[in-house]
Amino acid sequence: MHYLEFEKPLAEIEGKAEELRAMGVANEEMDVDKEARALDKKASELLRELYTDLTPWRKCLVARHPDRPHCKDYIEALFTEYTPLAGDRNFADDHAVMGGLARFNDEPVVVIGQEKGSDTKSRIERNFGMARPEGYRKAIRLMDLADRFNIPVITLVDTPGAYPGKGAEERGQSEAIARSTEKCLKIGVPLVSVVIGEGGSGGAVAFATANKLAMLEHSVYSVISPEGCASILWKDAEKMREAAEALRLTAQDLKELGVADRIIREPVGGAQRDREAAIEAVGKAIAGMLDPLRKKDRDALIKQRRDKFLKLGARGLAA
Amino acid sequence: MNWITNYVRPRINSIFSRREVPENLWSKCDECGTMLFHRELRDNQNVCTNCGHHMAITPRERFAAMFDGSVFNEIDVPEPIHDPLQFRDQKKYPDRMKAAQKKTGERDAMLVAEGEIGALPIVAAAQDFSFMGGSMGMYVGNAIIAGAERAVATGKPFVLFSAAGGARMQEGILSLMQMPRTTVAVEMVKEAGLPYVVVLTHPTTGGVTASYAMLGDVHISEPNALIGFAGARVIEQTIREKLPEGFQRAEYLLDHGMLDRVTPRTEMREELITILRMLMNQPPAIKGNLPAPEAPEAAPVAEAAVTAPEAEPKP
Ligand SMILES: [Zn+2]
Repeated sequence: MHYLEFEKPLAEIEGKAEELRAMGVANEEMDVDKEARALDKKASELLRELYTDLTPWRKCLVARHPDRPHCKDYIEALFTEYTPLAGDRNFADDHAVMGGLARFNDEPVVVIGQEKGSDTKSRIERNFGMARPEGYRKAIRLMDLADRFNIPVITLVDTPGAYPGKGAEERGQSEAIARSTEKCLKIGVPLVSVVIGEGGSGGAVAFATANKLAMLEHSVYSVISPEGCASILWKDAEKMREAAEALRLTAQDLKELGVADRIIREPVGGAQRDREAAIEAVGKAIAGMLDPLRKKDRDALIKQRRDKFLKLGARGLAA
Repeated sequence: MNWITNYVRPRINSIFSRREVPENLWSKCDECGTMLFHRELRDNQNVCTNCGHHMAITPRERFAAMFDGSVFNEIDVPEPIHDPLQFRDQKKYPDRMKAAQKKTGERDAMLVAEGEIGALPIVAAAQDFSFMGGSMGMYVGNAIIAGAERAVATGKPFVLFSAAGGARMQEGILSLMQMPRTTVAVEMVKEAGLPYVVVLTHPTTGGVTASYAMLGDVHISEPNALIGFAGARVIEQTIREKLPEGFQRAEYLLDHGMLDRVTPRTEMREELITILRMLMNQPPAIKGNLPAPEAPEAAPVAEAAVTAPEAEPKP
């Protein structure tokens, strides 16, 4: 278990309980059970307490938690017959973006998402979920495929942002993102999206411009990272807590602003504490968003998506 | 030293000898350091007459130089909600807004207008880098939508001059949402069969590049404009190497296939006329660029439509 900084007191209690149990196994005459269970109770109370009213900055940390289920985990658990389709037909296959044909509740869909990787090797291979232009162009190609065969698109958003690299710029990172966003708006099939972790700026918009957007309870979606915002506006990257506060990047804020359509409850202690439960909740939310959209025709789907974004920002946050 | 410093300056000095010479009569070119007489610089659309360096130009100055007879009508932009997030960093967002409004005399970072260029009616939008770095928030989104709607309603091409560091952080996610929002606007123009031409000016970066600035039918840039998604410093920190000379400059993007053309500001008007008339299936512009006569029966002029700059009324 990876503990976040604010979870340190929890780590201590849970560590003690674990130690105690290990001692109990080593010395059979010792009765550690009662004491360990008391510690468990204390830990679970503390966990609940820590996760009620997480500050925006803590939510950022939870959203980036390495043990959270990632795109690959959701695809493996929620879809059958997942058939990855690779490449942008121009330059490369971007491993930061997963995508392909699959069945969701037996119906064919195209699923696309950013994958951050789960260990050093896969993180490097996935470029930490930061797509290059090829990733967006792969997504565009897959959305075209879905559109042509009247198959809904499901996108899973989890990226720190688009990759800031030399080659990425040279090959048109901006253009690729712009075209991917444009494609999201153009396709005549349902497009539903879930922010499962980090919705990092333009790199997220390129996938999340959907008919319906859900966000996991502790996910974030922002114009800039709190660190980036702090270094520009506060001239001090260490002011990320203040920046996270000011940016209003939590799922709760985005729901109030009309950017997110629904919030998916996470298990106590975050999706990383009970991955299966989190994945199941996401599956239910996708079905809940997708089913009503299946009844709409192409024009209605395109119109709904456009109207949603044209109207965005008509209301601010209550003072 | 050019002739201005040698000849005009002493004269000016004598005129103002009793008072101090107002500093704003002269500007120093950021690039070559030449002192440039203000009116001359303005007449050359803020392009250095010595080295050709393109300095910032306000949307109003740009429109005055671009539209026939300097005549244009502003298109009304719906006012968005103010400070939707009650954002405060070291300053409050409304205070930053007030300061920017006072400095520029504008409501926000984009001006939208309609008028004629070479007798061709167009709608144009221009972003104002001097207003909070040209940043894209709700107002800029509203401006682009208003411009696109006007273009569609009147069947005119839409020309957009971009200049921005990116999205306006003080509007948080709502600024980010201007990416899809403005993309919808661009789509409306395209679906109406009308040209959408983007002129990228210095600098155009971040979410602006990654939305409406890169979705044009034609992409033209001013020379040496900085255009990119990520900032050069962030890239250098990420890849831990120095970036090549001219990286993310207009000419570099032209080489990498992201732009159609790099065109000096002083030639932009003629170029837009030439391109837009072709895209709108209009005959070549009449030489002299006066408003087109009722029945243009004269044989088409063989050479491209151009106006001698002197013939242009100046603001
Ligand atoms: Zn110069």
